Amino acid sequence: MHKQLMKGNEAIVRAAILAGCRGFYGYPITPASEITEAAAVYMPKTGGVFLQAESEVAAINMLYGASSAGVRVMTASSGPGISLMQEGISYMAGAELPCVIADITRGGPGLGNLGAEQSDYHQVVKGGGNGNYRTIVLAPHSAQEMADLTALAFELADRYRTPVVVLADGFVGQMMEPVEFPQTAVAPKLPAWAVAGTAESRGNLITSLHMDINDLEAHLRKLEAKYKVAEANETRAEEWFAEDAEIVLVGYGIVGRILKAVTAEARAEGINVGLLRPITLYPFPNANFERLAKRAKVFVVVEMSNGQLIEDVRLSLNGARPVEFLNRMGGNVPSHEEVLGFVRALAGQYGAALAAEEEQMAHV
Amino acid sequence: MCSEMISEFEVSHGRPKAFYDRYERKEELKHLTHYCPGCGHGNVHKMLAKAIDDLGIQDRTVLISPVGCSVFGYYYFDVGNVQAAHGRAPAVATAVKRSRPESVVISYQGDGDLTAIGAAEILHAANRGESVTVIFVNNAVYSMTGGQFAPTTLIGQKSTTTPEGRSAANEGYPLHVCELLATLEAPVYLERVGLGDNRQIMQANRAIRKAVENQVKGLGFSLIEVLSPCPTIWKMSAVEAQHWVRDVMEKTYPLGVFKDRTKEVEPRAAAKPAPALEDLPRILGVADEDQPEGNPHPSGRREGVDLHVRVAGFGGQGVLLLGEVLAEAGLDAGLEVSWLPSYGPEMRSGTSNCHVRVSSDPIDSPLVALPDVLVAMNEPSLRKFDASVKPGGWVIYNGETFPEDCIREDVHVLALPFTHLADELGDARAANMVMLGALLEMSGALPQESIGAALRRLVKHAKWVELDERALTKGRELFREASPAAEEEVCHAG
Repeated sequence: MHKQLMKGNEAIVRAAILAGCRGFYGYPITPASEITEAAAVYMPKTGGVFLQAESEVAAINMLYGASSAGVRVMTASSGPGISLMQEGISYMAGAELPCVIADITRGGPGLGNLGAEQSDYHQVVKGGGNGNYRTIVLAPHSAQEMADLTALAFELADRYRTPVVVLADGFVGQMMEPVEFPQTAVAPKLPAWAVAGTAESRGNLITSLHMDINDLEAHLRKLEAKYKVAEANETRAEEWFAEDAEIVLVGYGIVGRILKAVTAEARAEGINVGLLRPITLYPFPNANFERLAKRAKVFVVVEMSNGQLIEDVRLSLNGARPVEFLNRMGGNVPSHEEVLGFVRALAGQYGAALAAEEEQMAHV
Repeated sequence: MCSEMISEFEVSHGRPKAFYDRYERKEELKHLTHYCPGCGHGNVHKMLAKAIDDLGIQDRTVLISPVGCSVFGYYYFDVGNVQAAHGRAPAVATAVKRSRPESVVISYQGDGDLTAIGAAEILHAANRGESVTVIFVNNAVYSMTGGQFAPTTLIGQKSTTTPEGRSAANEGYPLHVCELLATLEAPVYLERVGLGDNRQIMQANRAIRKAVENQVKGLGFSLIEVLSPCPTIWKMSAVEAQHWVRDVMEKTYPLGVFKDRTKEVEPRAAAKPAPALEDLPRILGVADEDQPEGNPHPSGRREGVDLHVRVAGFGGQGVLLLGEVLAEAGLDAGLEVSWLPSYGPEMRSGTSNCHVRVSSDPIDSPLVALPDVLVAMNEPSLRKFDASVKPGGWVIYNGETFPEDCIREDVHVLALPFTHLADELGDARAANMVMLGALLEMSGALPQESIGAALRRLVKHAKWVELDERALTKGRELFREASPAAEEEVCHAG
C-alpha cells in the first residue's frame, strides 16, 4: 500500500466516494470547509451530486431527500452548523434514513471561536434533536482513521438505517498524516425501501410521522431494539498498554494521541498507566471499562470540553472506581506535560508503580 | 368567453389512477379524505392526480408532503412518497430530483409551511432553478394548528394570534410569493390561480397540469400558487368560503401568470454518465500506481530519527509550506510523519505556525509542545516559542541579531538574515527554504533525494523548484559555515 500525506478533512471525502457516497450537500464553516471544498471537486467527477446549500438547515434536509432517494449521502459541519442540523438529524433518525455527518468541532457555545474543542460531545452523542433516537458516533484520532471510519460510517448507516456522525476536532481535521486508501470502490446500491421515482419503488413511503400513539410507540420500540443490536455489535475502542494498568487514561480524538505520548513517558518513569480510547462514543464501550476496572485503581478522563465525556465514563463505571478529571477548553489543548504532571500526582496518591522488573524493562 | 372555457373543460368523474383505491388514513372512512368539507385541498389533490394520470408519470412521481393539513398526502397519492420537515420540502425535493433526475418531484406545501418557516428553502430552490414542481396552497392562515396568523394573512383578518386582526404595523403586509419569486431569473413558470368559482377552478386545473408538464419536459422550476378556501378556520360555510376567495382574497392576491419562460428555455441536458467504478481511485488521486514509492534512500537514516519541529512566522512567509516539505520528505524517506497547522483566521491575520514530527517510530502525538528545533521566521514567533525549545535543541532564527533577552544557555542558535540572503538568491520569498536547508543539514535525518521529491510534489512551478533547490543548498552551506560541529549536535537533538 502506498501512503500519501493528506489532511484528515481531505481524506474523508475520498474515503466517502470510495465507500459509494454520491451526494454531498453542505455549508462552509471553519474548520470543516476543506471537506466541502474537496467534495465540490470530486463529487461531480465521480458521478455524484455536490450542492452548497443556503444553510445547514437546508443541507441536512437535502440529505433527507437524497437518502430518501436511496443515495449514500453526507455533509460536514462544525458546532454551530451541527446545532442547526439537529432538526434534520431527528427527522432522519425517525424516518430511518442513513447518512453520514462529519462534525469537525470548534469552540463554543455560540460563535465561540475556531479553536479545536470537543464540546459537541453532548449535542452529537446524546442527540440534540427532539425525540427518542440515537446516532452512532465514531471518533477518529488520525488522518488514517478519518478515512477508515468514514467508510465504516457508511456501512453502519446503511446497516442500521440511521444517521452516523464522524466526530472529530479541528486538529484531527486539519492535520496531515500519511493515509492509504482501498484500491477498489464500493458500488452504489439502491435500497429496497428507497423512493427512487421508479415503478418498483412506487409503493414506498418515507416519513417520521406516526399519528396513532400505539403506532409511534411500536416504532420507537423498533428503533430501541435496533440500537440494542448496535450496542451489542458495533462498540469499538482502542486499548493502549491498558491490560495491566492501574491508572487508566480515557480520551478520544486528538486527546487520545496526547494520552499515548503520556502513557509512553509515564511508563518509562515507572508509573503503571494505560489508555482506553473510545472509538465509538455511541455505542459507548462499556465492556472495556468493566474489564479494565477489575485491575485499575483509578480512571482519568481528559477532554477538551466541560465534563461531557466524563458523564459516560461515570455511567459506565457506575461507581466501581474513582474518576479523575483534567480538561482544557476554548481551543487550548491539554499538553502532554500537563497530563503527565497530573498522572505523576495520581501515581503518588494511588500507588500505581509498575512491578520492579517491568520498570527496569521500561528503562532499558 | 365563459362558455368557451366550459366547453373545453372535461369534468373528470371517478378516481384518478394516481389515487389509492382506499385511503388508510382513518379506519372507518376509507372512501373519504381527512380534509374538512369545502376545503380546497380535495380539489387540488384531484387536479394533481389527474395531471399525473394524463402525463403517464405515476411510477416516476415523488410527492413531497409538508407539515400542515396536507401532511397526509401520502395516504391518497399512489406514487413515491416522502414526508418532509416543516418548510423544508423544497430542500428535500431538490435532493430527490438531483439524485434521481428521471423522477418527477412535486413539492406540495401550504402557506405557513412555504412562506414562513420555509421562506429560505423555497427562495433558494427557485433561485437555483431546481427542476421541480411546487404546488403552493394559500389559505391565508395556519389551519392544521388551529388558525394562527401566517405571513399570507390579509390585513385586518382575524386569527387566533391576531385576535384584533392583522395590522401592518405589527405583522407587516401579506407576503406575495409569486411576485417575489418573479424577480428571480431562474424560475420557468409562476402562476397564481384560485378556487373561488368554476372558472377559476378550470384555470387552476390547467395551471397545475402545465407546471407538472414543464418538469416532464425538463424545463425547470415551476410554482403554482392556489388561493384556497378553509371554511373551518375562516368560520364560514363551504359556499361562503369559496366566494371569499374570489371576492376578498383575490383583491390582495391578484391571479395571473407572473413568469413564463417555457417557450424560451431549452430542456436540460442529461448528466454525464458516471465513470467506471475501477477508475475512482485514479480520479480521486489515491490510486497506488500514481503514488510515489516510499524511498528508503541509502543516504538517509531510518533508525533513531525523532524530530519535533515547530515552525512559526508571518502569514505569507511560507511557514506551512516549509513544514509540509519537511513532512513530505520524511514520508518519501520511509519515515513516520505528521504536520499540524495553526488554522482559521490566524492564516489571514498575520501569524502562522505548524507542528512537524518526523520519526522512525509511529507518532503518538502530532502536537509539538517542546520542539527540538524551532524555526522562527520573525521576532514575535521567536518570543512566543523560544522558551519551549528542549534543552540541547536548536533555534533557527531569521534575523541578524538574536534578541538578548531570548538567549538561553542550553539551546543552540543559528541567527542569520535569511530573508536578505534569499533575496540575494533571487527572491526574498525563498527564505523559508534557506531556513529549511539549515534545518536539514543540522538534523541530517533526511536524504537530499527525498527533499527534491517533496519539493517537486508540492511546488508546481519549475522556476520555483529551481530557486527553492538553490535556497536549500544555500541553507545547508550556511549551517555548515556557522556550525562545523553540526553532525555531533544531531545526535543530541535526535
